[in-house]
Amino acid sequence: MKLKAGTRVKSAVCTTEVMVIQTPDADLDLRCGGAPMLTMAEQPAAGGTVAAGAAGGTQIGKRYVNAEGNLELLCIKPGKGSLAIGGAPLALKEAKPLPASD
Amino acid sequence: MNLMMLLEMAASGFGERVAVQHGEERLRYADLFAAAGAAADRIAESGAKHVAMLDVSTLALPVALFGAAWAGVPFVPLNYRLTGAELDRLVQQIAPAYLVTDAARAQELGTRAGVLPVARESFVESARQGAPRSAEWGMDPDEIAILLFTSGTTGPPKAAVLRHKHLVSYILGSVEFGSAAEEDAALVSVPPYHVAGMAALASSIYSGRRIVQLPSFSPEAWLDVARRENVTHAFVVPTMLARIVESLEGRGHAGLPRLRSLSYGGGKMPLPIIERAMRLFPDTDFTNAYGLTETSSTLTVLTPEDHRAAAASDDPKVRRRLASVGRPLPSVEIEVRDEEGRPVGPGERGEIHVRGEQVSGEYLGKASRVGADLFFPTRDAGWLDEEGYVFLEGRIDDIIVRGGENMSPGEIEDVLREHPDVEDCAVVGVPDEEWGEAVAAVVVPKAGTAPTPEALREFVVSQLRSSRAPSRIEFRAELPYNETGKLLRREVRAWLAEEPG
Repeated sequence: MKLKAGTRVKSAVCTTEVMVIQTPDADLDLRCGGAPMLTMAEQPAAGGTVAAGAAGGTQIGKRYVNAEGNLELLCIKPGKGSLAIGGAPLALKEAKPLPASD
Repeated sequence: MNLMMLLEMAASGFGERVAVQHGEERLRYADLFAAAGAAADRIAESGAKHVAMLDVSTLALPVALFGAAWAGVPFVPLNYRLTGAELDRLVQQIAPAYLVTDAARAQELGTRAGVLPVARESFVESARQGAPRSAEWGMDPDEIAILLFTSGTTGPPKAAVLRHKHLVSYILGSVEFGSAAEEDAALVSVPPYHVAGMAALASSIYSGRRIVQLPSFSPEAWLDVARRENVTHAFVVPTMLARIVESLEGRGHAGLPRLRSLSYGGGKMPLPIIERAMRLFPDTDFTNAYGLTETSSTLTVLTPEDHRAAAASDDPKVRRRLASVGRPLPSVEIEVRDEEGRPVGPGERGEIHVRGEQVSGEYLGKASRVGADLFFPTRDAGWLDEEGYVFLEGRIDDIIVRGGENMSPGEIEDVLREHPDVEDCAVVGVPDEEWGEAVAAVVVPKAGTAPTPEALREFVVSQLRSSRAPSRIEFRAELPYNETGKLLRREVRAWLAEEPG
């Protein structure tokens, strides 16, 4: 799917929801739990399950990035499936310590 | 993209933690989420186009802010000291408004057109008892989240527009979700109508840090609450820190070992105050945050490491950074430009321009001041040093142009303040036939002293060029400041215009 910064997408097979922080301008095979992710409006097919090997879980508030560093997703709702582009799992982004200014 | 997303994640990730505390009253994240939904239903039913708040900080504040976000209408925190006439003018811009205020004001405003007043106690009670009817809120990032009326130096107050996309991108770019430890507590003593108050609320909620409200500031109350609640983080404006430091006069130590972080902003921090504060709070990390209402708050930070490095350094170039506002956040670009709009190099003065997702630069009913290249002119004068540290020199509009020479009033004020007989001072330009503008100063002498204008002029000349010496000096018992400690230069100019020179 073609992603856009600021939009949300959801898993077809678990409760995971993410928001797109950054994305390359390209069609991506974004998956969660092994299944292609859906726009918020789409309804998942019944009976979908998280594939073994893509069940590492996605944690709320964490950011996930691709190897190229041009895709960043923020997990809004946690779930059992893990995120990947095709067969390549996304990595957890290191949390930079930011100054507390507020 | 909606502020509600931040609260929803917090309620989901750590719903049992206390979100906001006022005295002994506490609201947990899960409760705040439910209350926001119930409030949103009331707001939607009322048909109001805005939710306004005319009050000090209470639990009604987060409920109203998120209730408005959920209902899809802008939240407008107003200065509770507004007079009837001033309030009427603002209400005209936001009617029909659902207005949360104290019980007495709600009664008084009952018959005002365009306003549906609600007493804060009943607003919070009914929200806490209700349950949200639907978990849906708008996701359009361009919807307006908050309107903040800023007092311009000329003309009536304008409403700065902050859209959900500005605030959410600012929070996501500067806060790590749930990063606060359970025992963390943030003391917020700035009023709700100050952008720092709004930013502190959103940041604390996303990081999971308990907010302790202090509706009415006094240094004693601040120190007392900080101690009692084991406050770990606090944000103050410079005049609050000055008063806190003064009230600790004679003590070697503030006695707040749990206070890990003290941030400040919203005005110029006098060097002697921050130096004394660093000695009184040696274990506390200080952060100076520079930002504007129009930029969703913080643009640059002078970090705790920057503070310590500057204070400890023998190199004057490093030492002077204690008077800077630090370096830009990673998501922000800063450029200093001259009057023609050309970028200038390090060390050269000009106007600070900024670009970034959090920058709004818009006002209600007026064209945005963001340029075609997406840079926003802040109207602040300043310069960058070689390492990119930003130094501010006051508002562009306050720069005195005398015989073609530009002078920053702050530079002259800093020197005057060093005179032993000067408690406080304000320097402004006054019209002058010969020079275009002449330098004038209003000085508050230290108790028991009576400095002469000549003595003060000589003092300025000994430190700066003779052109900087105020040609006119008046003495007063105090200077005009607003509630958050900003010097009201236009009032100083008005005084000088009234008095025969």
